[in-house]
This record gives sequence, structure tokens and C-alpha cells, in this order.
Amino acid sequence: MYSKGLKPLAAASAVLLVTAFALVFFYAPNDADQGFVQKIFYVHVPMAIVALCGFVAGGIMAIRHLRSGDPAWDMRSYVAIHMSIILGLGVLITGAIWARASWGHWWVWDEPVLVSFLVVFLLYCVYYPLRFSIDDPERQARYSSVFAITAGAFVPLNFVAVRLAEAYTHPRVLSQTGGSLPGEMRLTFLVSLAAMACLFVTLWKLELTAKHASAELKRLRRRLAERQPAAVA
Amino acid sequence: MPAIELDGLERRYGERAALAGVSVTVEAGQTLVVLGANGAGKTTLLRVLSGLLRPHAGTVRVLGAELPGERWRLPRLVGYLGHDPLLYRDLTGRENLRYHARLHGVGDERVTELLEAVGMERRADEPIAELSRGMVQRLATARAVLHDPALVLLDEPRAGLDPAATELLEPLVGRGSGRTRVLVTHDIEGGLADSDLAVGLKDGRQVLAGSVQAAEARALYS
Amino acid sequence: MIRTAGTILRKDLRLELRTKESVPAMTLFTLTVYVLFHFGLDRDSLDGDLASGVLWVTLLLASVIGVSRLYAAEREQGGVDALLLAPVDRTALFLAKAAGLLLFLVAVEIVAVPAFAILLLGPGLGGALPELLAILMLGNLGVAAVGALVGALAAESRARELTAPLLLLPLLVPLLISCAQATEPLFRQEQGPEDLGRWLGLLTLYDVVFVLLSVAVFDYLLED
Repeated sequence: MYSKGLKPLAAASAVLLVTAFALVFFYAPNDADQGFVQKIFYVHVPMAIVALCGFVAGGIMAIRHLRSGDPAWDMRSYVAIHMSIILGLGVLITGAIWARASWGHWWVWDEPVLVSFLVVFLLYCVYYPLRFSIDDPERQARYSSVFAITAGAFVPLNFVAVRLAEAYTHPRVLSQTGGSLPGEMRLTFLVSLAAMACLFVTLWKLELTAKHASAELKRLRRRLAERQPAAVA
Repeated sequence: MPAIELDGLERRYGERAALAGVSVTVEAGQTLVVLGANGAGKTTLLRVLSGLLRPHAGTVRVLGAELPGERWRLPRLVGYLGHDPLLYRDLTGRENLRYHARLHGVGDERVTELLEAVGMERRADEPIAELSRGMVQRLATARAVLHDPALVLLDEPRAGLDPAATELLEPLVGRGSGRTRVLVTHDIEGGLADSDLAVGLKDGRQVLAGSVQAAEARALYS
Repeated sequence: MIRTAGTILRKDLRLELRTKESVPAMTLFTLTVYVLFHFGLDRDSLDGDLASGVLWVTLLLASVIGVSRLYAAEREQGGVDALLLAPVDRTALFLAKAAGLLLFLVAVEIVAVPAFAILLLGPGLGGALPELLAILMLGNLGVAAVGALVGALAAESRARELTAPLLLLPLLVPLLISCAQATEPLFRQEQGPEDLGRWLGLLTLYDVVFVLLSVAVFDYLLED
């Protein structure tokens, strides 16, 4: 049921990724201060944005789960969070590389996006032990949803707090992330963002299809096992 | 109106059915005894009837309340005496009962009355942790009937009780109490003698129902 | 609902008075951590951001103890079933637990804050007391709301002693930022620029968000 539309989506992601790649290497100019390394920006920032949106989307899907009681929404929420955590790891790694290359340190505390991302990442890592240490499937889905909603609301709140704190101690950051990118850079960035978003949705759908198929298989096996003794008798 | 109407009750634990196809009707004032080996689903059935567990399929009507939708109506009508006494170990019997009385909106005089009825007024001010198993069971029985429920769900209500105490609790949760009762017990003969109809469970399925002979019931355990 | 919450709260306070499980442990913990900071930082007195950071990190870590014990009696002694079997709104349980945790924190701070001033704080508390009390109260409220929610969320997990702190501490980061930043100017040797309004505003926002959020989702916890 999730495989519908997967193929065109996968194709679109592929095209967008190739385009973004080409734009990053051949179209976007090298940054005046940081040079070539700055281009990791086109991976890092879209990844961070998509991952944060994925976390919030997971929370919204969890609301739908609690309202409808339909376990499919819990599964969607789980897969969205799962994918976002994987992307989140990518965000932290690319962020560290970028920081190392342009400032000489593997970690900088005056980058509010990165710092609040670390906090959010640490919180979401607890999703797995919480989810998988509850045996009863209904309760597992319900508790996971409550976590997803709480954490989803926490994401923007935390961002505001960290941003305020950093702006207070390091006022220069505000002017730097003011967001006036030159035209070529902006276009490249937007295409990269679209590619990342498309990739996220594709992976999300793919994972859901796989999860759905294996659940279906398990169910059929059980049905078969239940029927066999009856057939013998 | 029957006190309990079950038709095709189903409760799953994950994919496994803990209860399937349980259908029975109990009239008001009757006693239903539930028999079965360990893990047959007896406690699950009691918890569904108490509203603690949601049924997954089938019709479940308890004292006119349709489950799971009208679960909120049950607490005022049902008393539940399970394995766990549901009493705080570090509070005294009186404090525990008063706490439950307040939750149910019942006055403190009912607590005094019940402490007397279960013969615990002398030791009512000792922490639960210091009381014997049988005494805790007496207090738990008092707790279950604080709000004078029309239906009582009893899981091995005689556990740890001496014959005198059993006698003492009879007017509260026995047949003479006038309440509809669902009784889970491993004492087959005693349970059958103490009831109007029986249900036999095996692996969550109802294999016996209605008027049951002791010999049939014993087969459940083999 | 308020009456039911009051009943549950009174029961919790009575249990705490009798077993003395949480508050003494939390208080002892804060004092021990002060000693650890004294040796760890090798400083006899702290001021400014260091002082405010040490105070708040210590208090938040102590709150972890309270949160992981918050639902222990309910879980181990059947309190949750008892509440579900009574005609009681689940929100009452949340309110009672949050109020209980709030009172525990206040009790701890009555000892822990003066002890901090004596043991580690360089500048005197004197003139800054009203501001500090306001920050402490708003901070406690936030910890109480998040703690009551997280305690219930972790209560069903098998590794609950681990899950509760791991969930609680990241969620408290915005609260730590506001409290520590708001307290920092109060602990400075010489008076500097203050920005109390901004941090108290953020703190209030945090409290409101988590109280509302907890009330909204709490009904889905502790059910069958």
C-alpha cells in the first residue's frame, strides 16, 4: 500500500540529486573566505532542515495516531523519526567537518543550529530504548506517540532558547546567518534542499513498504501455522 | 437487563489472542465461575470486565455499559479484587481505605464500618507491610466494596484467608451479598458449588460454558 | 478534579514523610555534588556564570532522582490500577504528581540554596534574593511539569531508571539556559548589565508549553 508512487518519487530524487550535485560543483561560486570547503554547506544545511522537519512531522503523525488509534500512523511516525535520526547523524558529522575546515575546531558552540541540533539529537536517541523496551504493541505505539509529540514540540522551543543564548553571548552570529546569499548560491541551495527533501520522502516510503511487507509476511506465517494443525486433525 | 453480556469477546496481546470467542450472559445477582489452567486467560477476562483492559473485538456489555466506549461508567459500578491488593505498603489500613474512599467520593464513616466488618479495626493503624497475607486480603476486600458495587470481580478471593475470615467476608463478597459476581478460582468443586454458571477457558478460548460438571472442568487442567 | 488531585497529593506527601525516600536523597545529592565541584574545579568560591551554572546543573541533576522515584509507588504497589478503577480523571494524577515534585524541589532548595551560598558562592546572596526566588519558582514549575510527564512516560519502559534521566535532561536544556542566564548577573562580583526580563519570559513560555502539552497527552499514558 506504500509502494504506490515510489518509483516516480525515486526517479525525481535521483534527478534532483544529480542536478544539485552538478550545481554545487560547476555552478555555485567558491566562497570568498572559506573556499571550496564551504560547499559542504549545501549538504549540511538542507540535511539539518529536512531532519528537523522530519522530527516535527513525526510528532504530527503521532497526534494522528493518538486521535485515530490507527497503528499505521504510529509506524509512519516511527519511520519518520528513524530517518531523521540517521540524517541527524549526517548533520553532526558534516557540521564537524565544516567547523574543522573553516575554524580549525571539530566543534563550535557559537553555531546555534548545530548546538540545538545536538540537543535534539540526544533527546531523539532515547526514542529507541523507550520504544523497544515496551512489550505490549498498543502501549508501545501510544507511548512512542506521546514521546514524538513532546519531542516534536520541544524542537522549536529548544531552537529559540539556544538561539537566544548564543545571540546573547556571541552577537556576531545573528548578522552572519542573516541569510543574504548571492543568487547562484541561493539557487544551488534551494535545489539541494529540494533534493534532500525528496530523498527523505523516498527513503521514508521505502522503509514503510519494507516494514509493511515484513509485517504482512509475519501475519501470513502465523495464519499458516494456525491452520496447519487443524488441517492435520 | 443481564448484568454481563459477552459475545465473541476478543483481546489480543500483540498478534497472540489472549482471549478469543468468549460468549456468556450473566443475569443480575448470579455468580459466574471462571475455570482454567494458569495462563488460560482468566485474569485477562476479569481485567476486561473491570475496564482495565480494552476488548479488541466482540460485544461486551457490563451493567449496561458498552465497552470500550462507555468505560467511564464502570468505576462506580464494579469492584475489583485481584492478585494485587492495590494498597500502599507504607500506609496503614485506615489511611489506604480513606484514600480509596475519597477517590470514590465515599465518606469516612463507610471506612470505619468496613474495617469493623472485616474484623480489622484493632489493627487498622498499622502499616500494610507489617500485616499478614490474610489480613491484607481482608483489607483488600474492604477496598473492593467501599463504593458498594453492583458487580464484584474476584480473583482467588480466599487466598490466605482462614475459615473464620472467609465466613466474615461472606456478606461482603459472598453469594449472600446480593451482588453479581465473577469468580476466578482453582478450587473446582468449591467454585462450582458457589456459582450459578461456569466458563472454562483453555489457551484463551472458551471450551466450556453453562452448567459444568466437575469432571469436565478437571479436563481443563490436563 | 482539583479535589482528586489534592487527595492524591496528600497521599504522596504522607508516603514521602513516612518513607523519606526522595527529598533526603535529593538534598544529600546536591550537597555531595557541591563538594565534588569544589574539588573538581579546585575553587573555594565561585561567582558569575560559573556559580550560576554549578547551582542549576546540580539542582537539575537532583531532580532526576525525584522524577525516577515519582511513580515508583504507583507502579510497584498497584496505584495506577487503583486510579483506573476509580472514577478519576487522569489529569488529576498529572496535577498531583507535578505539584508533589514541585514541593519536593522547594524542600530541597530550602537547604540546597543556602548551602550553596555558604559553601561555594563568592558574592553574598543579599540583595538578589527576590529575583532568585522568582527564577527558582519558575524553574521548579518547568521541572515539575516535564518531570511528571517524563516519569509517566518512562514508567512502562523496562530500563526506566535509565530512560527517565536520558529523556529528562535534554528536555531541560532550554530551562537550564534560561535559569542559568537569568541567575548569572545576580552572582556577579560587580553589578553588570542584566537581561532578566528576556530569560524570565522564555522560562514562562517553557512552563506554559510543557504544562499544556502534558495535560494534552497525559491521558494516553498509564492506560491498559
